[in-house]
Amino acid sequence: MPGSHVTEDAPTARDVRVVLPAHLRTLAGVQREVIVTVVGPVTQRRVLDALEACFPTLGGTIRDRATARRRPFLRFFACAEDLSHDPPDTVLPDEVASGKEPFIVLGAISGG
Amino acid sequence: MSGVRVLVGTAKGAFVLTSDGSRRTWKVEGPHFAGWEIYHLKGSPVDPDRIYASQSSSWFGQVVHRSDDGGKTWETVGNDFAYDGETGTHQWYDGTPHPWEFARVWHFEPSLDERDTVYAGVEDAAIFRSTDGGGTWEELSGLRGHGSGSQWMPGAGGMAVHTILQDPSDRARMFVAISAAGVFRSDDGGTTWQPKNKGLSSEFMPEPEQEIGHCVHRIAQHPARPATLFMQKHWDVMRSDDAGDSWTEVSGDLPTDFGFPIAISAHEPDTVYVVPITSDSVHYPPDGRLRVYRSKTGGHEWEPLSDGLPQQHAYGNVLRDAMDVDHLDPCGVYFGTTAGEVYGSPDGGDHWTAIVEHLPRVLSVEAQDLP
Repeated sequence: MPGSHVTEDAPTARDVRVVLPAHLRTLAGVQREVIVTVVGPVTQRRVLDALEACFPTLGGTIRDRATARRRPFLRFFACAEDLSHDPPDTVLPDEVASGKEPFIVLGAISGG
Repeated sequence: MSGVRVLVGTAKGAFVLTSDGSRRTWKVEGPHFAGWEIYHLKGSPVDPDRIYASQSSSWFGQVVHRSDDGGKTWETVGNDFAYDGETGTHQWYDGTPHPWEFARVWHFEPSLDERDTVYAGVEDAAIFRSTDGGGTWEELSGLRGHGSGSQWMPGAGGMAVHTILQDPSDRARMFVAISAAGVFRSDDGGTTWQPKNKGLSSEFMPEPEQEIGHCVHRIAQHPARPATLFMQKHWDVMRSDDAGDSWTEVSGDLPTDFGFPIAISAHEPDTVYVVPITSDSVHYPPDGRLRVYRSKTGGHEWEPLSDGLPQQHAYGNVLRDAMDVDHLDPCGVYFGTTAGEVYGSPDGGDHWTAIVEHLPRVLSVEAQDLP
């Protein structure tokens, strides 16, 4: 519209806590928990995108490179809920977005 | 050459074994990548301190590591093995079509003369090439796409390119072996491939002598005689003297011709080593006696080598990538077992010692000559 302009709020950036399983901590050279900055709605996809951007060595280790799906022996937990089967663009609980609770990447236990 | 370094991939990490030219005492370092399956490690012939490691896990997928200091430190490099174009289907275990899905790297083969070029043989079967030291990977899709892919099928361990040979006399010529599809040769640097399986016979197939579908476990080539190839097939030890155009059986007097690895002496192109395994349903040495068999006649006539190897209660297997030779004089021979031992012979197989025992299941063994 001539003469008008639209102002949008800048997307909110949030610091999200992510807990990694032992092997991925070793691979990335980090401690149990890392903090990644997520811009916009805090979803599984955005959290994992931010994680892989911070730690490129984790690319392909949580999500399959070809399908971008969660690897079958991993689970995603937060706020005492199993979120593994939620669509990747589902907004995570407010407690994760606010940093009160971590987003947990968990490896399946193995016997033997 | 001052010594030798043996790179050992196991089910729970990598180990590096080093010795001087006498090969009497060994330093054992590791595990690197503790807890992860290390399918294969291999160093560059151009720069022995550049080593690639295939780290794989059912949990976390494929990771590729590279060392530029002989295995002291490692960095992760590229792990994006994207098939080129439409993946198509191969046969699944039940004979139904199954889409190609990348699982892991079984084998790295660094270029003979380009430091930053390395090939990767992967499951599901395909060959990839990197020209930037493993940072990025491009499929040589003429292999998977040459026309017979729909007939390939996995063995019990999966369907993988597990052997890659570069012809030292003709840089455009390469060989790969696939379980279970067979041997393929390229004469144009990996762009196009042709099956090279005439003379093979496999009773598990409805037509035993058909061109495609053979479970080739390993092939080996001596640089001084590149047209001659030796093969350990699922059953049968085979030989070709025309670069794979035809094969003849040379199992001769072996106690069993089932096995996985095959290796050739560094100095004698007709001296060949195999490790006979009881059968495809009993994966341990006959009678629990671990014996390497050596032919000095290019096959047919074989002698057991057992001095220093356990001759009772030995029930480990030796996998296809778990045997290699060095280039010292006399030639050293090395192999690892699924029971966690790595054996070495500094005299061409006459005498053996356990370099290290009680490792996890050994998946691969590669010997490097140190300057």
